Amino acid sequence: MGAVEPILVVEDLCVGYGKVEALHHVGIVVEPGQIVTVIGPNGAGKTTMLATVMGLLSRSRGTVRFLGENLKDYAVEEMVARGMNLVPESRALFGEMSVEENLQLGAFMRHRLGHRDHLETMAWVFEIFPRLKERRDQLAFTLSGGERQMLAVGRALMAKPKLLMLDEPSLGLAPLIVREIFRVIADLKQTGVAILLVEQNARAALQVADYGYVLETGEVSLAGPARELIDDPRVIESYLGLGGKH
Amino acid sequence: MDLQIALLLGQDGITNGAIYALLSLALVLVFAVTRVIFIPQGEFVAFGALTLASFQAGKTPGTLWLLLGAGFVVAIVDLVVAWRRRKWRRVPAILGWNLVYPALMAGLILSIEPSKWPLLAQISLALALVVPLGPMMYRLAFQPLAEAPVLVLLIVSVAVHLVLVGLGLVFFGAEGSRAASFSDVSLDIGEFSITGQTLAVVLTSGVLIVVLYQFFGRSLYGKALRATAINRTGARLMGISTVMAGKLSFLLAAGIGALSGILIAPITTVYYDTGFLIGLKGFVGAIIGGLASYPVAAVGAVAVGLLESYSSFYASAFKEVIVFTLIIPMLLWRSLTTRHVEEES
Repeated sequence: MGAVEPILVVEDLCVGYGKVEALHHVGIVVEPGQIVTVIGPNGAGKTTMLATVMGLLSRSRGTVRFLGENLKDYAVEEMVARGMNLVPESRALFGEMSVEENLQLGAFMRHRLGHRDHLETMAWVFEIFPRLKERRDQLAFTLSGGERQMLAVGRALMAKPKLLMLDEPSLGLAPLIVREIFRVIADLKQTGVAILLVEQNARAALQVADYGYVLETGEVSLAGPARELIDDPRVIESYLGLGGKH
Repeated sequence: MDLQIALLLGQDGITNGAIYALLSLALVLVFAVTRVIFIPQGEFVAFGALTLASFQAGKTPGTLWLLLGAGFVVAIVDLVVAWRRRKWRRVPAILGWNLVYPALMAGLILSIEPSKWPLLAQISLALALVVPLGPMMYRLAFQPLAEAPVLVLLIVSVAVHLVLVGLGLVFFGAEGSRAASFSDVSLDIGEFSITGQTLAVVLTSGVLIVVLYQFFGRSLYGKALRATAINRTGARLMGISTVMAGKLSFLLAAGIGALSGILIAPITTVYYDTGFLIGLKGFVGAIIGGLASYPVAAVGAVAVGLLESYSSFYASAFKEVIVFTLIIPMLLWRSLTTRHVEEES
């Protein structure tokens, strides 16, 4: 583990929908400044895992340690206040509100906690995504798919998260946009934010990540440094052989 | 009908329509944010009016006991939750809002004689008594059901309405009362005169609508409420809690309701159960706006007021029938023009 406290430690996480168990004893660690990716097929429980860590779903057992604090029963808002942010697969944008309003709401919790720096943060987000600046007065639902994803990520960045969780950021996007999104993810790492990235686009995810987990039918079937996973025959066969997009 | 009568009826219709417009805005707000069809809206109207009338009659309003009682129950529920979750930091706020504040209000009202106060102070005092009941109601009746389907919320809403009407009867009695007129000024244009009360109602409603518009368009909390209405999960991921949004929307709705009641208190005799019918007419306006559009709801509500006023001239026995029958063509029109949206899971 090293001397530095990990950002996030998930241990023995079990989640069930009714009698069906979606996650079995899942364990994941995110170290400071790391990009950690969770890859795996559709329905493996990746989204469930993120939603549970975030507090959107409740778990049947297991521990979640965030920034060294062991958290038992918590609401989403408390995690946002602590510095955890999730960009869900659906993006969950506020469609009938402008790009700027969406971004402003991204800093809602920071505002509540007394920080008044949302204008500087917004300038920083506009630097990362100049396209959003051009479209700042446009309503979110009029944006293209790629722009929506940029807005969703930008909105999460407005909270200046310590851990950014991205659920399938490349889903449904054109290859060129996917490349841009992954470039941004790699750049974000330089700013010190830790990233937990859930992806079906395994090749792109492993290229950008430091560490990877393979989640299959609710269990971690494989884990290791991303460099090693990308050459692992089991990963190549299942996720990189045909599925890799570029 | 000559012009004189037409103008008089129009003035009446617009006065009532302005009130219905305010109520319809509150109904749209509450439904958009919490998915609750806010049937008890009318009780806030009645409580606002009756509280003001009680002050003027030199009586202690029953809403004071309601506030003390509701605050006490909320405090117990919240303290139990805080104790279970070991969230001790919340205790001072729980005690402050639910026990200390009502106690201070009781001390204030029992030690002074509000009947001798100026009108504006009486109105503020009435609002200070009635408005906190909104978030308390949300806490007790709706917060535990935040994830329930719309139908369940509607049933609870009807139940809360019935409970409040019953409490209204206990606290204010079966007698109706009327508050003193705000002003005796009247504006004469030729033969036609506009009463000061009409002006007060229309102006206050107009100002309130502008204030609400600014609140939703500019303030962060207003935007947070809109965000919750658009995408609840998205809002939670920004740290906008459903509970906070619910309490805030109930606070605004209670404020709008109580103020509406205060505005009509000098025009109509208000009974403990008068609010229901008034609230329902606001609801017709809200339906015209599809429970989603604020401007359409407001315009629809003014139309309801005018329709009511003119139909009371032509067929006064049927005026309620005519107003509520309006809902049928409106629903037909809406169901034919709106595409069906699945309820958010």
